[in-house]
Formats: sequence, C-alpha cells, structure tokens
Amino acid sequence: MIQECKTSKAISGMGHSMKRKEDGRFIQGKGNYIDDIKLDGMLYMDIHRSPYAYAKIKKINIDKAMKVPGVVAVITGKDLEKYNLHWMPTLMSDTQMVLPTDTVMYQAQEVAAVIATSRYAAADGVEAVEVEYEVMKPVMDPYKATLPGAPVLRSDKKGKTDNKIWHWEVGDKKKTDKLFETAEVTVKEEIYVPRIHVASIETCGCVADYHKVNNHLTMYMTTQAPHAIRTVIALVAGHVGLTEEKIRVISPDIGGGFGGKVPVYPGYVIAIAVSFLVGKPVKWIEDRSENLQADSFARDYHITAEMAGTKAGKIQGIRFKVLADHGYTDASANPSKFPAGMFSICTGSYDYDTAFVEADAVYTNKPPGGVAYRCSFRVTEAVQGIERITDRFAQTIGMDPAAFRFNNFIKKDQFPWKSPTGWSYDSGDYELALKKAMDVIDYAGLRKEQAEKRKKGEIMGIGICSFTEVVGAGPSKDFDILGIKMFDSAEIRVHPTGKAIARFGTKSQGQGHETTYAQIIAEELGIPAENIQIEEGDTDTAPYGLGTYASRSTPTAGAAAAVAARKLRDKARKIAAYLLEVSEEDLEWEPGVFFVKGAPEKKKTIQELVFAAYTNHPQGMEAGFEATHYYDPPNLTFPFGSYICVVDIDKETCEIKVRRFVAIDDCGNIINPMIVQGQVHGGLTQGIAPAMFEELIYDEDGNILNGTFMDYLVPTAVESPSWETGHTITPSPHHPIGAKGVGESPTVGAPPAIANAICDALLPYGITNIDIPITPYKVWKALKEKGVVKAI
Amino acid sequence: MQMEKEITVTINGEAKKAKVEPRLLLVHLIREDFNMTGTHIGCDTTHCGACTVLLDGKSVKSCTILAIQADGKKVSTVEGLLNADGTLAAIQEAFKENHALHCGFCTPGMMMRATELLQKNPNPSEDEIRWGISGNLCRCTGYNNIVKAIQYASAKIRGEALPSTEPIFV
Repeated sequence: MIQECKTSKAISGMGHSMKRKEDGRFIQGKGNYIDDIKLDGMLYMDIHRSPYAYAKIKKINIDKAMKVPGVVAVITGKDLEKYNLHWMPTLMSDTQMVLPTDTVMYQAQEVAAVIATSRYAAADGVEAVEVEYEVMKPVMDPYKATLPGAPVLRSDKKGKTDNKIWHWEVGDKKKTDKLFETAEVTVKEEIYVPRIHVASIETCGCVADYHKVNNHLTMYMTTQAPHAIRTVIALVAGHVGLTEEKIRVISPDIGGGFGGKVPVYPGYVIAIAVSFLVGKPVKWIEDRSENLQADSFARDYHITAEMAGTKAGKIQGIRFKVLADHGYTDASANPSKFPAGMFSICTGSYDYDTAFVEADAVYTNKPPGGVAYRCSFRVTEAVQGIERITDRFAQTIGMDPAAFRFNNFIKKDQFPWKSPTGWSYDSGDYELALKKAMDVIDYAGLRKEQAEKRKKGEIMGIGICSFTEVVGAGPSKDFDILGIKMFDSAEIRVHPTGKAIARFGTKSQGQGHETTYAQIIAEELGIPAENIQIEEGDTDTAPYGLGTYASRSTPTAGAAAAVAARKLRDKARKIAAYLLEVSEEDLEWEPGVFFVKGAPEKKKTIQELVFAAYTNHPQGMEAGFEATHYYDPPNLTFPFGSYICVVDIDKETCEIKVRRFVAIDDCGNIINPMIVQGQVHGGLTQGIAPAMFEELIYDEDGNILNGTFMDYLVPTAVESPSWETGHTITPSPHHPIGAKGVGESPTVGAPPAIANAICDALLPYGITNIDIPITPYKVWKALKEKGVVKAI
Repeated sequence: MQMEKEITVTINGEAKKAKVEPRLLLVHLIREDFNMTGTHIGCDTTHCGACTVLLDGKSVKSCTILAIQADGKKVSTVEGLLNADGTLAAIQEAFKENHALHCGFCTPGMMMRATELLQKNPNPSEDEIRWGISGNLCRCTGYNNIVKAIQYASAKIRGEALPSTEPIFV
C-alpha cells in the first residue's frame, strides 16, 4: 500500500521518503550530545554507590576522598538535608531519596557525590569514600513483599504498615466473575513480563550551570521532557530561590531515550545542588554500569491472565490480575490518573463485552521505576498478556490461532468501538492487516511445512500477534502529569523570504522530528520542507509541551503543527484575496499557491503571500506570519498491526532461530514512509530483545547479576533478524492529518509474536508456556522435563 | 595523579602533542584533550563500539586502549572521514541515504568499523556484514538499514551501480 502524496518532491509534504535533515551533523561527528558540552571552569561529578540492596548507613568517612588531588567537595545526604534537598518527588507523586541520610534501599543507590576538577579525579574520590553499613535482608520478591510480616520498606512514610503502593482496577468484576463460573471454556496462564532496561547507547547525564550573580540556572540534560523538568526543578528548588523563570532547561541531541530519559534521577538534582552551592558548572555523566544498575528499568509485571469463551471459538471475556514490582519507589512517568498506565488496553483487538482488570503495586529493594520503555505506559505488558492468552485459548479448543483471531476481531464497521475497560478505539481494520501478513509470509504453506516437519521430529513454530495500541496521551480531561495537562504545542514563524522556523514542546531522541515536522508544515503550507527549520529542547525558546514518549509526538505536537499551519494558510488566503482583489471564497488552494477559481493564471504563491505579510499587509490585519497552537487531542489514537514470526529450534542445542518475521503496521496516514519503516525495524529489535535475550536478574541478597553490557545481552546485528515490514493505512478520524504514531507498535507487538512462535513449536511436547526471555537453556530445560532431550 | 608523559599522536593526518597520565584512555584523549567529540562512549566494558576509531588503520575500541599506546601512531576518527574535496565519504553518504541512523550516537563508531570492514572485504555478504559489525551496538535502527548502507557503500567504492535507497515494503 502506497501513501498518496499531495505535494511535489520539491515540497516534500506527507508521504515522501525525504532523507533526514538532521543526519548531516551526525554522520560528520558534529552532533551535540550531553557529554560534548564543555563549559569554562566546569567541575566533574561522580557518584559513590551502595554495594548493598538494603542497609543502614552507620558512618560515611569522606576524609580520604577529600585528600585526593583534584577533589573539591564530597556531598552526602546530610549536606543536602540542610537545604531540604535530600528527598524529591517522583513524577508519580511518590518520594525518592536524592542522597540517603540513614538507609539505602537498593544496590547501586547513590550514597555520596564527589566533585572534582577532572573526571579521573572524581572517580578516584569515589573509590576513597568510606561507608560503614549495617546490612539488612532485602525484600526482592514482590509476592513476598505482600505477605504479612514482611519488613515495611518505606518506614519513612508515616503510618505505613505494608509494602503496597496502590491498587487499581477497571471493568465489571461481578459480571466477569459470573462469566468465568459459567463459561464453556476458561484458560489461565501466569505470564511474567521481565524487568528490562532501555539501554539507550548514550547513558544519562547533565551539566548544571548556576550563575550566582543572575540567580539563574541553565540545565543541560538528557531529558525527553524539558518543560516538565523545568517545572519539576522549580517545585523542588523554588524554596531556595530557583523559581521557574530563572531556570532554562536545554535538552541537546539525545543518544536514544526510549522512556529512560523521562524521570528525574538523583544525579541531576545533586548536580544542580552542587552547582548552586559552588557557583560553577557541574557535569555528571553516568557510566553504563550505573545506568543499567540504578536507572530506567521497565516492565516487571507479574500477570495472571484468564480468558473465557465458547468451545466454538468465541471469546466472551477476560480477567487479568497484575502484581507490579516498582522497586523502592514508584518512579514511573504515567499520567496521574493511570497508575498502571494504559494496561487496560489488555482486552486487545477482539470483540467481547466482559472484562475485569486489576493491579497492585508493591515496594521491593530494587531500583525505582518503571519507565514506559518504548511503550505507551504498560501497553507492552498488556499486549503480552492478551496475545499469549489468546493463543492459549485457541490451543485449548484446538483451533488455528489465525482462524481464532478472525473469529473474534472487532470488525471494521464497529469503530469507534467502546472497549469493556472504557477506551474508545478510534479506527481499525484488523482483518486486513492479518490477511496481509498471512499472504506475505504464506501462512498456509508454513502450516503445511510445519506438519511435515513435526512428522520427522523437527521443531518449527509459527506465532501471530494482532495487537492494538493506545497512544498519543492525551486529552486534558483525563491526562496529566503532576497536574500539567498532556497537550502539546507548535509555534511556526515564517520569515519574509518564505522560509520558516518551527518550535515544539516535544524532543526527538532519534525519531527524526527535524524532518517529519517540517513535512507536516510543508504539507499544509506548501513551503518546501527543506526550508523549514525545526527546533526543540530549549525551554527558553520552545512553547510549553510535555515532551516525547508514549508515541505522543505525532498525535499531539504533530497535530499542533498542522493546526498552526492551517491558521497561517487562512491568513495567507486573506492576503491573497486582498492582493488579487477577489473574495476569499473565490480562491482555491493547491500546495503552495492560492489561485482564482476559473482563472488559474491569477495566483499568488505562499512565498509571495508571506512577503506581503511583512511588506504589504491589508490594513487592519496583524502584520507578520506567525502562529502557535496548543493541541489538546479529543481522543487517543489506536495504531494496530499483525505480526507473524517463524522459528526453527535445534533439537540438540535448543538454539532458537527466527527464520522470518513479517510485520504489518497500521499507523494511519504516514508522514515519511522511510522513517516509519526505520522506527518499525528498530522497535522490532527492541522487541526480540526481551523475547529472547534481555532480563535484569537479581539474587536473593539483592545483587544484580547482569549489570553490565558483558552480561546484559543487547542484540547485535547477528541476533537481529532481517525484518520484513509493510503497512495498511486506516487514518485516525479525529487527528488533523489522520496519523496515529508508530514508534512503539513494534516493541509492543514483537515479543508475543516470538513467544507464540516458540510456544507453538513446543506444543507437540506438551509445553504451553515459557516466560520471556525464552533462551535455549529454558527450552532445553522444558524439553528435558518432558523427556524429549536428555542431559549429557 | 601519576607522572605525566608527553605523547605525539597523528589524528586525522595532523600530528598533535599531549601530556597525559599513563592511565588516560585514548577515547578521553580524543574527546577531552583534542576536543573531537564525534567519538562517543556508550559502555565501560568494550561492548558497545560507540568509541570505535582506526589505530594505524585497524578498528579499535578507544575506551580500551591507553592514550600512551597510541604514541607515535595514526588515529582516524569520524571527523576525518570526509573526502579531500569536502564531499561525504561513501560510508557517510550511505548512512544518510539509507536511513541507517536514528539518534546518531552509535553512528561514528559504526561507520569507522564499516570503513575497515570494507577495506579488508570490499564486497561483503550480508552475513559477513552482520558478523563484521557485531562488536558495535545500535539500539535504534534494528540494523536492517545499517546492513543496507554498508552494501551501498560497498557498491559505491567499487564503482558499481548504486542500489535503490527507497524503503522496500512487503
């Protein structure tokens, strides 16, 4: 399916695979990432971290560290306590230590910060800090955390008597319970979505630059949401005089974010405090081990998934129960009203009216989180749940998983569709996407091949995932973070010569906004995208916005760009009418030109009209050619897709090979097909990662067992299959350009497709579920239990 | 602080002197002393390859080489990739034309590795490319387009017809 282009290649509006405008600097080593920033007199900060998961701090001795040449200061929780800066709020209104005064709650927690004149001296200082601990037995298992008698981890909270953070539920419990009592078929599966890490190749960091004379802070930091961060800093540090107008947050080029650069980490706050106290710029850059061990974890959802339906293959309802391990504080970045994010999208792509979904969050002695890792707030977990249990149901009644899905899909004419958990799906054509994926991969042929291979004892599996996403948070009536509504913004300024700059409240981390936003404006105004400069990430210049995560940039700021551009087109029409001496109704628009109906030779180009706005505007009209729009979406958008994966498993080694993977996505109208495809490729590799390789593992004593890239297995080009991708186009009916957002669909859709393929392969041996990541060892163990393979 | 030692490193054709501690990593010499920040740091265990540079023509991870080990040697970084006439090198053009980068953080290291790969094997198979860059992690692209870019650069260097850079959809 090819997106129709309404503009010429010279304009490069929507649908053109325009090469990226941002690439020039990156391929010449001229990107400007956080660690590239160097300021006069800059000091370096490094952090001493706890080797224990749960311990009382008996004593911190900084004497030796202070004697290290180059060390300027060592900051502990007691120092910050004097300014009431030792605790901070999380984006979920929980509380988190900046530096501890008495207790550490997870391994690798920040204990002291060393400030020095060089990176190496700071690291030497960290080695020289001496801390005496009284080690306690940590609580690492979230189920054990809920048991009576479990130590109360957050005893800092007055009146806290257990480790529960919140309980959340949605749906009709009574009706659902009744269905499960009476249904012909019910299936149940325990599904764990493991704790993983975003592992962007750039870690987190900042340069805090406080000027005493002006009482002004410039904060360069790796943040996906610069404006929200500015407000948070003002909330945390307003009492020491750093009010919001005195704070400028600059988010430079970001080396991958994926949700991990949304939260506020203690390192940022300590750097600000130190710059404030010392009056010099302070740089803090995490190393990889710190990044993996202390920040940005995602998932860690223990799901009990149940499905009820008929023997004939009709789904009637679901019942999901979740235990969410948030570590020692809830440091997610979900919208306030949604502590479990959009997990209730777990009813999936299927037509039924009964559901009950509940989640409980608990504290453990693990690092805080969890971030929405390339996922619109827990949608990955939801889709893993529904797509695995859907396969289990189909297997239970002996129906082909594709046929079972067709039997239950919400039909094209049922949209907008009200889900039993309250969402209003805007549009979809689920049958079309799955049909296309099946045609491309030759599903029937593969099933035939599989039947033949099974006769020979060979292990081959085919897995399907037909997911529905919910992205683009969100409508202000329901969506806010710390009370700030989740609109987003665009400001367009067109210069007299017809070239433009546009600024946004979002922040690209590789998504290609400098190109795609320019294309949206080019589509609406007919100004070549090449002539439209895009700027994000500086709170002094960009309009306020909530940032880039949860696939929200196109649904919110992309919409704002289109609406702001349309305001300008309306103004251009007025100027054209004035210049051509006709009424506005007599004018017609084609990209870049207004002309008189029936007399196309009487025309004005957008460049001429913009020039007139500065040189010859109608009296009574405001001069200039600028527009701003804050877009408050009427609904979320609901991208979807169908993925099919084929795996071969070696019976001797249990090595799993993804032979083919076809991904058909529908993200509505496409701005830049090349970039959409790139997003899908990348997301798929981040989908195979937790499906087969990645998991953060802790032992009972709270030690992380794979906290470096040596043992945390980020897929390389060898593990990553050659992806086959395509799309269908079902425009969003409520979005100004009919787009939906795409970055996260593949991360959400790939893990269940792979898990379903592997479990399909193992079904003849009576193996129905293996939790991701599904490794050769787990497969071997499962086959050994069934007596299929033997230990050597 | 250990005794400093004076070294001379020829970086992108220009001989530069620096006084360094023996423990200084080559990547820090390049980034901090020479102010060439195109070479990045993405891990601390030699796995990500963001810091890949050429040392006497051989790709190395500059976070695992001491600056003093580069004394008297030639180092090439992303900043030195451009052709003599200022146009993009084949590998740079290939990455841009084939959308082989998103955030750009792994890109310099990836291109330096690909440069050596193509020097040693001007016409690599897909499998050889995938194994050849398996010491460099990219979290954004899913590698499809990096493979495509290296194939494009290979054709360009060999003077063959360039493959299409349009995205191919199933």
